[in-house]
Amino acid sequence: MIKKLEKYSFLFQELVKRDFKKKYKRTVIGMGWSILSPLLQLLVMRLIFTQFFGRNMEHYTTYLFCGNLVFSYFSESTGQGMSSLMGNSSIFTKVNIPKYLFLFSKNVQSLINFGLVLIVFFIFCILDGITFTWKFILLIYPIVSLLLFNIGVGLILSALFVFFRDIQYLWSIFTQLLMYLSAIFYSIDSYNERMQELFLLNPIYLHIRYFRKIVIDGTIPSVWFHLLMIADVAIVLGIGCWMYKKYNTKFLYYV
Amino acid sequence: MSILELHNVSIRYITGDFKEIGLKEYFIRKMTGNYHVTEFWADKDVTFSLEKGDLLGIIGANGAGKSTLLKVISGIMEPTKGWIKRNGSIAALLELSSGFDGELTVKENAYLRGAMLGYTRKFMDETFKEIIEFADLKEFEDRPFKQLSSGMKSRLAFSIASLVKPDILILDEVLSVGDGAFRKKSEQKMQEMMGGGTTTILVSHSLNQIEDMCSKILWLDKGKQIEFGDDVHGICARYEEFLEKKNKSR
Repeated sequence: MIKKLEKYSFLFQELVKRDFKKKYKRTVIGMGWSILSPLLQLLVMRLIFTQFFGRNMEHYTTYLFCGNLVFSYFSESTGQGMSSLMGNSSIFTKVNIPKYLFLFSKNVQSLINFGLVLIVFFIFCILDGITFTWKFILLIYPIVSLLLFNIGVGLILSALFVFFRDIQYLWSIFTQLLMYLSAIFYSIDSYNERMQELFLLNPIYLHIRYFRKIVIDGTIPSVWFHLLMIADVAIVLGIGCWMYKKYNTKFLYYV
Repeated sequence: MSILELHNVSIRYITGDFKEIGLKEYFIRKMTGNYHVTEFWADKDVTFSLEKGDLLGIIGANGAGKSTLLKVISGIMEPTKGWIKRNGSIAALLELSSGFDGELTVKENAYLRGAMLGYTRKFMDETFKEIIEFADLKEFEDRPFKQLSSGMKSRLAFSIASLVKPDILILDEVLSVGDGAFRKKSEQKMQEMMGGGTTTILVSHSLNQIEDMCSKILWLDKGKQIEFGDDVHGICARYEEFLEKKNKSR
């Protein structure tokens, strides 16, 4: 595995470079767009929803930003990753290279964007009067977990996309619904206990909640909460890897 | 020890309605029984082995299974039946000019292609000058790739591929592109590589070229192996005869 990584590291670097160049070609502010878009979303949400949901909530801006930060990374990473395999079909049908590299290359991009937005997030935290504690280090856990979760979903989606192009429309509907189900701008406290438990089935909500617990409440989620997140990651990564392995030499029939 | 060995390799290829149809179409066709998938043997019982320094020419009409066979040899596909043994590194160039990216510059494309063929960055840094000079594209180095003519594109592709020192080099319709001068240069390069011990597999529709260069011939027809051997002129003559007969009966 390590030998393989070493062997393909040059190719991986070149792929990342290519994807960067293609994405920001002919755009005036380049990477700025990637930060601007979640910020604009945040602005609109802040203006609209404060009236309805934020009146009795402390640090509502930070509350919103936690949700937005996690969700926009998830939707960007999976949305961009979906076409990564198909978009490189002219390469993988001609040269024998590991196909997941295309997805990873796209993921590097969204990870960097996420990192930039994360910096803005911390600046907003300061402005919102959040006290920084040592517990902030624990944010590495949801970040790594989300990265792996996105890779898993990306593997599944990019494989499915080769078989059925409709998946892109289905996915955009699904992510939109998921956004409303992820308690980004509202609090789940007003639901009864059973309903609140149902939210735990949503992996994105778990990640958002982890952020909020650390940043706003200053508490560390329980061990069970950690395990639940690992389980979600393991499931999607498992399915994704299995699909890539199973169809490795069969994808080319479909393009 | 043979460097490449194929034993009764058969490949079943599937094609049909599953391509480029949406979910709706898929269900409608399934329900109305209008969903067709065709399976056929793209290659059937192909057996041959190559030694170090061999230059194998594969001949056969369109649809004979040449490209599929190359895909199996390079590891992009797996044989449905039979087995294949490779004792060395492989660099495959199938349909050369695809896989380049029009938006990138010539230099960036060269690096990307080099990376795909398994070179290191150090190797590319060292040999890039040589590559670009061999391809005669010095003044195009920083131009977007899409501005190149198709001849230039394949010149670049060949230059990159031929500078590797793989144990097995696969070239699919590579030499039939480029102008006369470049063709001569590339043929020379191939001879040089063969002398250096590289085993090469060449697919070309130019029978003359194959007859001149190759040391072994594999003749495929509709997936079946008609002949394999080092009697280059004999096989080519019989192949030509076969083609003539086919034309007459038409």
